[in-house]
Amino acid sequence: MWIAVGSTVLFFGLLAIVVVRSPGWPEIKQQFFNGQEFKESFPLILRKFVRNIFIFCVAEVFVLLFALVLAVLRSLPGPVFTPLRILSAAYTDLFRGLPTILVILLLGFGAPALNLQGIPVSPYFWAIVALTLVYSAYVAEVYRAGIQSIHPSQVASARSLGLTRWQSMRYVILPQAVRRVIPPLLNDFIGLQKDSALVFLLGLVEGLGEANIISQGDFNFTPLVALSLVYVAITIPQARFVDRMIARDQRRRQAGGDL
Amino acid sequence: MEVLKGIDLVVDSHEVVCLIGASGSGKSTLLRCIDLLEPIDAGRIVIDGLDITSRGVDQNAVRRRVGIVFQAFNLFPHMTVLRNVALAPMRVLKRSQENADERARHLLERFGLVDKADEFPDRLSGGQQQRVAIARALAMDPDVMLLDEVTSALDPVLVAEVLDAIRELADQGMTMVIATHEMGFASDVARRVAFLHEGRILEDGPPERIFREPAEPETRAFLDRIIAAGRM
Repeated sequence: MWIAVGSTVLFFGLLAIVVVRSPGWPEIKQQFFNGQEFKESFPLILRKFVRNIFIFCVAEVFVLLFALVLAVLRSLPGPVFTPLRILSAAYTDLFRGLPTILVILLLGFGAPALNLQGIPVSPYFWAIVALTLVYSAYVAEVYRAGIQSIHPSQVASARSLGLTRWQSMRYVILPQAVRRVIPPLLNDFIGLQKDSALVFLLGLVEGLGEANIISQGDFNFTPLVALSLVYVAITIPQARFVDRMIARDQRRRQAGGDL
Repeated sequence: MEVLKGIDLVVDSHEVVCLIGASGSGKSTLLRCIDLLEPIDAGRIVIDGLDITSRGVDQNAVRRRVGIVFQAFNLFPHMTVLRNVALAPMRVLKRSQENADERARHLLERFGLVDKADEFPDRLSGGQQQRVAIARALAMDPDVMLLDEVTSALDPVLVAEVLDAIRELADQGMTMVIATHEMGFASDVARRVAFLHEGRILEDGPPERIFREPAEPETRAFLDRIIAAGRM
């Protein structure tokens, strides 16, 4: 234990000394880690970051639902459902293949330019639509992996009790599948949260937009570092939260689950 | 793939028939066919006058009337014992939750499991899980129960408690088809024993006759192997 602490302190101490004593450090410190700049920009960035939170929270809700529909359609057995399976597979192939940034630009600038009656022009709307479309393709595959990981004997058991195909899916397969895919689901959500920064390309002043404006105005990169801190600060607690949730679920369900 | 070849078996109401035979002889497949869990290419299965293999039969309705218990229990691991038992009565028979729960508790009590009602299946022993599985099948009030080697996955010390539960069902007149390797239990509980070999029923009859003086050489060879393995 003490050896671990000692070697860790020594290693990072030396690293810090090497960095701080490097010839370029004073310049870097001034440009990236400027205390004054940080103090001024951080609250402004945080205020605009609320827009990112709004965008990714709404998108996550739609992704959870839409991806589930895609995954269930793709998992329907029987020849009757072949067209639905093909549709779902084609969707996933398309949107996993497109770079997120392209979808955001195409929809964000393209759709409002159609000038169609009743089509929203708000960049928020199109940002959320674009992120939902792209991330649903990923999350659908995560769900599908979860559905396929449930042993067929569970279906046999459910059907033998007289449950219909849909009831077996709803009460037996999905609850187990969703539990299993929560960690990879969180992965995709963190990806989505980070990609919410891309919507600044639509001229929407969110966290990155604001940091960029301040940074260019002050000729200083500290605002970007401040925004990085915000991202890391929201990601880490989510990971810990999910870890704890899974551990609690296991303890409840299994003898020796706390091992 | 052709697994069963010309099975001809009649089971009367309240009758208990045991299926014996080596692994791969078709016992499980036959049971799964009766519950429409396997695709059936040819032949007919009739339950209480209804040809369940005919086109246009409501397969869910058939499965409702046929209870099956599997070798590996197949309980739903994300639900408590009580929810496992009450799920199908609530969702399929549309019983109210109170009603379904009350009946589920009653069944669990019958099998000595009422104190496990709020536990999750993985916390139970194999014998307890298998008794829950039996209770879950019984909760649908089936006309016939199919038991597929229900003690094969259990520790020897846990086998007895499950067999006792099945014996109780037999005493109450439940119609049952039981695939088993427990020959002692088969001769005890079954009115008839059918010997399956390579997808056919080679012979069937009262257990005394099948076990003491089998007519077919394959039956004799199988029983000799069982005796050699110390399972009889």
